Amino acid sequence: MLLWTVIRRLIYSVILVVAVLVLNFLLIHLAPGDPADVIAGEMGGATEEVLASIRKAYGLDQPLYVQLWVYLKAAAGGDLGQSFFYNAPVIDLILDRVGATLLLVFTALGFAIVVGTTLGVIASRKPTGIVSNLVTVISVIGYSAPIFWTGIMLIIVFASLIPLFPISNMYDVTKSVGPFGYALDVAHHLVLPAFTLGIVYLAQYSRLTRASMLEVLGSDYIRTARAKGVSERKVYGRHALRNAVLPIITIAGLQFGGIVSGAVLVETVFNWPGLGTLAFDSILARDYPTILGILFFSAVIVIVANLITDLLYRVADPRIRMAK
Amino acid sequence: MTVLKVDNIVVDFATRRGNARVLDHVNLEVNEGEILGIVGESGCGKSMTALSIMGLVPSPPGNLTSGSIYLEGRDLVGLSKDEMREIRGNEIGMIFQEPMSSLNPVFTVGEQIAESVRLHENASQRAAWERAVEMLRAVGIPEAEVRAKSYPHQLSGGMRQRVMIAIALACNPRVLIADEPTTALDTTVQAQIFDLLEELQKSRGTAIVLITHDMGAVAQLADRVAVMYAGRIVETGTVEQVLTMPRHPYTEGLIACVPHLQPDPPEKREPLLEIPGVVPSLTELGDGCAFAPRCNRALATCTGRQPVLKTEGNGHATACWAVEAELENV
Repeated sequence: MLLWTVIRRLIYSVILVVAVLVLNFLLIHLAPGDPADVIAGEMGGATEEVLASIRKAYGLDQPLYVQLWVYLKAAAGGDLGQSFFYNAPVIDLILDRVGATLLLVFTALGFAIVVGTTLGVIASRKPTGIVSNLVTVISVIGYSAPIFWTGIMLIIVFASLIPLFPISNMYDVTKSVGPFGYALDVAHHLVLPAFTLGIVYLAQYSRLTRASMLEVLGSDYIRTARAKGVSERKVYGRHALRNAVLPIITIAGLQFGGIVSGAVLVETVFNWPGLGTLAFDSILARDYPTILGILFFSAVIVIVANLITDLLYRVADPRIRMAK
Repeated sequence: MTVLKVDNIVVDFATRRGNARVLDHVNLEVNEGEILGIVGESGCGKSMTALSIMGLVPSPPGNLTSGSIYLEGRDLVGLSKDEMREIRGNEIGMIFQEPMSSLNPVFTVGEQIAESVRLHENASQRAAWERAVEMLRAVGIPEAEVRAKSYPHQLSGGMRQRVMIAIALACNPRVLIADEPTTALDTTVQAQIFDLLEELQKSRGTAIVLITHDMGAVAQLADRVAVMYAGRIVETGTVEQVLTMPRHPYTEGLIACVPHLQPDPPEKREPLLEIPGVVPSLTELGDGCAFAPRCNRALATCTGRQPVLKTEGNGHATACWAVEAELENV
């Protein structure tokens, strides 16, 4: 039953989210440094009395388990605390930024999957041909180039040599006129960051698709399809790809966490106003509540993505759909 | 009337160790409503003959070097890819030896049968589906309407082979090629599949090329039989001729290898016979008869020249120097 599976998975997910919260909370508190110092530092020259009063105000003088309990209780109600640095509720900061990150991540992922599988299928048609070798070379380059390096190279190229795409920010106030103009402008700004983030995964998906296609193409049911008189295009596009795409779904789901963390780098390089830049700034400012909140949110995103992957896999593979 | 005529086809495979002649001037004829058995050891070219007829010889490395294949008088060799695709699944259907893996796991069996119908006939989705259900019923699958919505993994091996037969016969082909259709199945299921093939052949008049190494199946089903060895046909004739009066030493050996159930086993049981030696590598065939190194009746001529099929008056043909010499002496 699909519904039962979803409910069961949701229950697991809630347990997982709580575990993530607890673990992150404890990890942050294991880190050296006193948050009170940070808060006081912003104000300047703090005496022991000031620090004590700050600890009292923020509940930092309580035992760790009490702090944890208070945090969890508040989190259950949607309150992730107050940012020391921005002096605003963490949840508001995150909700402000999460859309930009999701837009970047899903565009990059969509680009990687669509272009990657297409290249993989083309490469599998002639596994020793020029196109296939070209795809292999592009894949190796894309896979081995670090994200920040690719980003910086693109910035250099598109800032001075070919000023075709904007290299920073998400939109340009002077160009975003009306909702349509805004969308177009955001899309224009999205090109370079999404490409930078996507190219690594595109490389992997094209290799994976090529290997997976070659394996599927050698199977007996492909011979059956040919014996039925199915055209080569349909043999590849319908009979083979439907089977070859199964490992891609699995890998894409598993890598989703990696893509989100890759987004931190890309956002920093391109000054994209998402969770990544927020995380980067919060870490520099030692803004613990914000860091905790971002970690929590990215965990939730990854868990939800895995849930969706699982469901997608069920749709794509009847053998899993039917299994208990 | 001859439906399918394989005329002197030669298939070569380019291998690292040189050219392998996989099929060496193979001739076959299948008449309307007839079952032709092709028997021989693994690697003798049975399946390659089938793939040649289907136009599915993997190329590269394979290549149909010469010869013709006539389907109702029309030469299939040299047809364009599109023309050949129109013939596959429509005029010639094929079933394979691995029913467990021959069906696409992500489509229902009904979809897979209906696809064949829609490829070759101008049928609506609904009509194609109805034909699929009807075909499932015809191949003896109970609750066909329900089963059509099943995925392959939900069916047993025997059921899957029935589905394969339904796919192959969905467009009412003139010829059905069955490439070891029961090798992967239980004995009882084997018998069911053979019965089904026989019944369908009778009710639909489809000519069947039955590729097998099961002599029992040939005896039960086939009208005529061709024995292959190392890419050549070494003996052909009616089932009665070949199985009861085998001429070629290889055929004799094959028949002697078949184990028999004896109701009262004698005290001293006889060991099961085997043909000594192994099938020669196709890249290292000499000028002589390929079977000569394993043959207990080999003559001096056998290693020097390749024997050709010599037909006796009753249609029984053998390619063997020893047999030829014997028949001349009679």
